[in-house]
Amino acid sequence: MSATILKGSVDADEPVSFYDLDEHEHPEGHSTMLGFWIYLMSDCLIFAILFACYAVLGGNLAAGPGPKDLFDLPLVALNTAMLLFSSITYGFAMLMMQRGRMVHTQFWLGVTGLFGAAFLAIELYEFQHLIHLGAVPQRSAFLSAFFTLVGTHGLHVTFGLVWLVTLMIQIGRTGLIQANRRRLMCLSLFWHFLDVIWIGVFTFVYLMGMLR
Amino acid sequence: MSYEPVSISPLLGRLSLDSLPLHEPIIVATFAAVAIGGIGLLAFVTRLGLWGTLWRDWFTSVDHKKIGIMYMVLGLVMFLRGFADAIMMRIQQAIAFNGSEGYLNAHHYDQIFTAHGVIMIFFVAMPFVTGLMNYIVPLQIGARDVSFPFLNNFSFWMTTAGAVLVMMSLFVGEFAQTGWLAYPPLSGIAYSPATGVDYYIWALQIAGVGTTLSGINLVATILKMRAPGMGLMKMPVFTWTSLCTNVLIVASFPVLTAVLTLLSLDRYVGTNFFTNDFGGSPMMYVNLIWIWGHPEVYILILPLFGVFSEVTSTFSGKRLFGYTSMVYATIVITILSYLVWLHHFFTMGSGASVNSFFGITTMVISIPTGAKLFNWLFTMYRGRVRFELPMMWTVAFMLTFVVGGMTGVLLAVPPADFVLHNSLFLIAHFHNVIIGGVLFGLFAAINYWWPKAFGYKLDVFWGKVSFWCWVVGFWLAFMPLYVLGLMGVTRRMRVFDDPSLQIWFVIAGIGAAVIAIGIAAMLIQFAVSIRKRDQLRDTTGDPWGGRTLEWSTSSPPPDYNFAFPPVIHQLDAWYDMKTRGAQRPVEGFRPIHMPRNTGTGVILSALATVMGFALIWYIWWLAALSFAGLIAVAIGHTFNYERDFHIPAEEVATTEAARTRALAAEA
Repeated sequence: MSATILKGSVDADEPVSFYDLDEHEHPEGHSTMLGFWIYLMSDCLIFAILFACYAVLGGNLAAGPGPKDLFDLPLVALNTAMLLFSSITYGFAMLMMQRGRMVHTQFWLGVTGLFGAAFLAIELYEFQHLIHLGAVPQRSAFLSAFFTLVGTHGLHVTFGLVWLVTLMIQIGRTGLIQANRRRLMCLSLFWHFLDVIWIGVFTFVYLMGMLR
Repeated sequence: MSYEPVSISPLLGRLSLDSLPLHEPIIVATFAAVAIGGIGLLAFVTRLGLWGTLWRDWFTSVDHKKIGIMYMVLGLVMFLRGFADAIMMRIQQAIAFNGSEGYLNAHHYDQIFTAHGVIMIFFVAMPFVTGLMNYIVPLQIGARDVSFPFLNNFSFWMTTAGAVLVMMSLFVGEFAQTGWLAYPPLSGIAYSPATGVDYYIWALQIAGVGTTLSGINLVATILKMRAPGMGLMKMPVFTWTSLCTNVLIVASFPVLTAVLTLLSLDRYVGTNFFTNDFGGSPMMYVNLIWIWGHPEVYILILPLFGVFSEVTSTFSGKRLFGYTSMVYATIVITILSYLVWLHHFFTMGSGASVNSFFGITTMVISIPTGAKLFNWLFTMYRGRVRFELPMMWTVAFMLTFVVGGMTGVLLAVPPADFVLHNSLFLIAHFHNVIIGGVLFGLFAAINYWWPKAFGYKLDVFWGKVSFWCWVVGFWLAFMPLYVLGLMGVTRRMRVFDDPSLQIWFVIAGIGAAVIAIGIAAMLIQFAVSIRKRDQLRDTTGDPWGGRTLEWSTSSPPPDYNFAFPPVIHQLDAWYDMKTRGAQRPVEGFRPIHMPRNTGTGVILSALATVMGFALIWYIWWLAALSFAGLIAVAIGHTFNYERDFHIPAEEVATTEAARTRALAAEA
């Protein structure tokens, strides 16, 4: 069908096509990136609510410890570096995927996973340290909001790691086929999204917490 | 209700024989009735040997049409439960005067009004609306299915899992006694230590997963799957309102998820988000839940605005008046719905400036809504109006809804709201818009699209009986509540001191009884229509002289909806095709690419139900086990790359040839 027909015309004499007889199928997974993007935005809203809670409740210390008493900025900076590095290495994995190099892709995915795991380990250490100090989530609304915001991000990273391992197994079994490439793209979006959220956490919770 | 701590066994959590409400005769009788009915139904299905068909063709189906119908069935079943709650409240309030305690104790009554609200919104209105969009939208945009067919099946089953948990709470333990939004601190662990609020939380969380995913699915579908030529401004109005609704779902349900998660942390872990101590803020919860809650009411009504637009245009035999303004009005309502949440609690005491802002934004919403109403009126003006059942419901909607709208504007005035807050006036207002808008719209839609889904029209006589009972019953049941509200009667009361109020409650009770007859008539209408289906048969696929693409295919549509995708040149594409003599292709069929059925959605939903139940009863090992199962099954599903197949060209040719013969016989 030609472009002029598609534009449409109200002239009844002109022959128009009402059925697409030469149909081109939607390629497999053609909506996936859009759908996943919309999902990420909905997830972003969950974080928005947690940030809002932290903003409203973060000052309610209930005579308990505050950010200045608890946060260890060098440790958090190290943690941030781990996550940022993992984003860069994920980018390398995607570059290798574009070139169709499976082994290299797997290597960089593995490195990404290690950085992600290091991030989680440091976060868990930090949490354990806080709990040891008596700064437990039940202590005050500030700590409830802090643990929930940071912990939700950590849960997302954990989920991302499970996904990453699953994908590495799938790539190992079936190679860099179209379906796996699409999944890598989705995980890429997810991983970078978590990075962006973390930058928000680092700035808003840790840095501004020290200023407060 | 005793508050002594329950012992938690490692094996069964806090579940014990005492958890069964054996001391409540009403519940025991209900359970007996449900059990006998359920066993009867199971036996019936077994006897007809339908389990295989049900499993293969329905439960595991990824066909948007079948999923849509399953949503409608779920909505209908839950509607009967929700209405049973309503009639119990009406009877209680009509007799609890002059020292009488009525027949419901406080513990039971509080659960009933909570369950009524939760069920009607989450498990009646939502499944109805989602089912409708699922069925109609792909057909209206000339698509073969939704963007993510498996996700669609999964969403449906998650919604069902939530409904199952709510139903379970009737017989195992108890439901929340907090009102349908479960405000803390009442819903906190200190004041609601039993399982009620936990049932509430997990039912909504699990169903919420389904709702959010189906929202994402339909947004992607509408944006990506439209047939060639259908630009955004050539989409049918119902598709437009569905798009806006699903955008609202995606942009508001995560808020509900988050806020309920925080409430459950308060209850399970002992955090202090919404507590009175340690810096928590209960009003934070109220704000957050209404940031979801107000968009939610537009999620419910917008698709029905679309239905009224389609129905008015079809039965007036005219193009919809003011299509563009209708689209923009919908978009404006979508945006404004996020700017009004505080009007639900003007009495919080935010001060004059904040209250004025939210009062004004609330009133502003009546402008696009009013524009819509005028558009429908102008569509009817000088049209050839056919008063078929869908059109009757539409006219009833217009007359009823404006009253609800006006009382809504009245409530938007903060000083007036200070008087009417939490009164029966408010109850009358939102039933006025939800019954007069959402339910009447659903009934219009069911009568309008039933022939599309099943190939025969609904019986008109019983439809009219149902219509008149519903409309008269509605006015009888809710106008007294306006009066009572103006007299200062608050909501959720179980007994009354002032005998002069009783007459109004009796009238309202009679109204509810008339509505009950309307519901019965509707069920009879379905039964009679199924029996008389050969007389009511429509072979054209276009029984009403429709204007949009769903009427261009057969009724019921084939699995693939359209053998060839339609090409759209104008708004009202099917009307355009009819007037310009479009010829249906009868040869040259090709194999059609379709998604494959899968049982994964059912399995995941079953595991989610078990996990919810285990969390409610503190059966930690079972919760962990079912959670691990959920993750394992979900990951296992991703290892399946064979998710589609082709319907062979010969099969398409056979199906289409049958349709050609049917059309020829009609002519």
